[in-house]
Amino acid sequence: MSEIARVRAYTRTGEALSHAEHFERYGPLPELQGDTIVAELERSGLRGRGGAAFPTATKLRAVRAGRRRSLVVANGAEGEPASAKDKLLLSATPHLVVDGAVLAARAVGARSAAICVADDAALRSVQDALAERPGDPMDVNVFRVANTYVSGEESALVHQLNGGPAKPTFVPPRPFQRGVRGRPTLVQNVETLAHLAQIARFGADWFRECGTDHDPGTTLVTVSGAVNAPGVYEVDCGTSLRDAVALAGGQSARLQAFLVGGCFGTWIRGAVDVPLCHSGLQAFGGSLGAGIVVALADGVCGVDQSAQIVRYLADESAGQCGPCVYGLDAIARASEDLATGRANEAALAWIDRWCTQIPGRGACHHPDGAVRFLRSALDVFRHDFEAHVDGRCDAARAMA
Amino acid sequence: MSVHVRVNPIACEAHGLCAELLPELITLDDWGYPIVDPGPVPAHLIDHARRAAAACPTLAVLLEERLGVRPERSR
Repeated sequence: MSEIARVRAYTRTGEALSHAEHFERYGPLPELQGDTIVAELERSGLRGRGGAAFPTATKLRAVRAGRRRSLVVANGAEGEPASAKDKLLLSATPHLVVDGAVLAARAVGARSAAICVADDAALRSVQDALAERPGDPMDVNVFRVANTYVSGEESALVHQLNGGPAKPTFVPPRPFQRGVRGRPTLVQNVETLAHLAQIARFGADWFRECGTDHDPGTTLVTVSGAVNAPGVYEVDCGTSLRDAVALAGGQSARLQAFLVGGCFGTWIRGAVDVPLCHSGLQAFGGSLGAGIVVALADGVCGVDQSAQIVRYLADESAGQCGPCVYGLDAIARASEDLATGRANEAALAWIDRWCTQIPGRGACHHPDGAVRFLRSALDVFRHDFEAHVDGRCDAARAMA
Repeated sequence: MSVHVRVNPIACEAHGLCAELLPELITLDDWGYPIVDPGPVPAHLIDHARRAAAACPTLAVLLEERLGVRPERSR
């Protein structure tokens, strides 16, 4: 079991691990060359923990290949409302994230790293941590970014560091090509960097002791909803949905479905054995996203819950692209009308039409994520949507 | 080498001229924003595609040249 597992214990006291405690637990920052770090990461099979699950070594290589000096951005914006793991990690073990940023910078030939956070506690924790490391050869700074859903989208993050608003930009060029100040920029989620810091110390083989061949290592998940002990847990990649719920104190009510992956995620009903990892969830057309599991109790209306999430995503649009501004508002409105029993079959037909028109047409993937989520809701709660068309709501039902 | 039409959705303000000038590859969604055929622009439409790009008031229509593997000739 990886060391991040202990973060939970520290949040109870609200104390971050000091640099001395961090040093005692993990030892000094390893003196590895950039190539060695990349090679070890390659062997570790680490994938990004921010949501896209992109192979970390591949991303590092792409940034290294740039001709200009690169930069590192640690992404701790965590805009997902159902995710708490990055805030927790930054509050509990900030030095592990700073170590990861320093090592990543070394790996891509950067001289500086920017740690981006969106809330006060994380900001203070990182500031305190940086103050404890005055002798660091790497220039590491912390930046406060907007606390919105799209703020952590990588081009939006780079845009903010360049002095712009928290809105995505038209890509390519992608941040790894032209990012902060026009330089090749490595944007990595803070949990990914914490794993990187451990892989650099303990090695790829150590990392691969947990998880599956396809998805090695451990991952932080935020389990919430109808469970007895909602919170952040570290699990081996590939842990079943059932075991994750058990870890969170078990279910606190009869359950009808799970939302896996957050607002861009997928509803899953019945399949409690589904492995929580990139490849396991691909089979369901889903993803683990930023490691989010929400348990939906029986008797709660899935149509209503889904409509609320689509409305949230519509309101969180950066407001730049027509298909996102008008499209998401349209599907949100139709979903709300269905949820409140004010719509007929036509609303379902309109949603189908718009869910075909919208995807792939924004500057970022915000509209795509919203459509994927709604499609999954229509699939899993089809019966409920149809009941709503008939003016009924029969949410109460046993777990399939 | 192939040419593809791409729209910068941030710049696009749904004037709709592109769909008028290049209806073979561009249609409009329910709000007037272009839906573009992602495939290569056929040779006989290249001039029309250039005209559509030039006519866009917000310069949101882009023609991109992509290096691609030439599809094998069918027999």
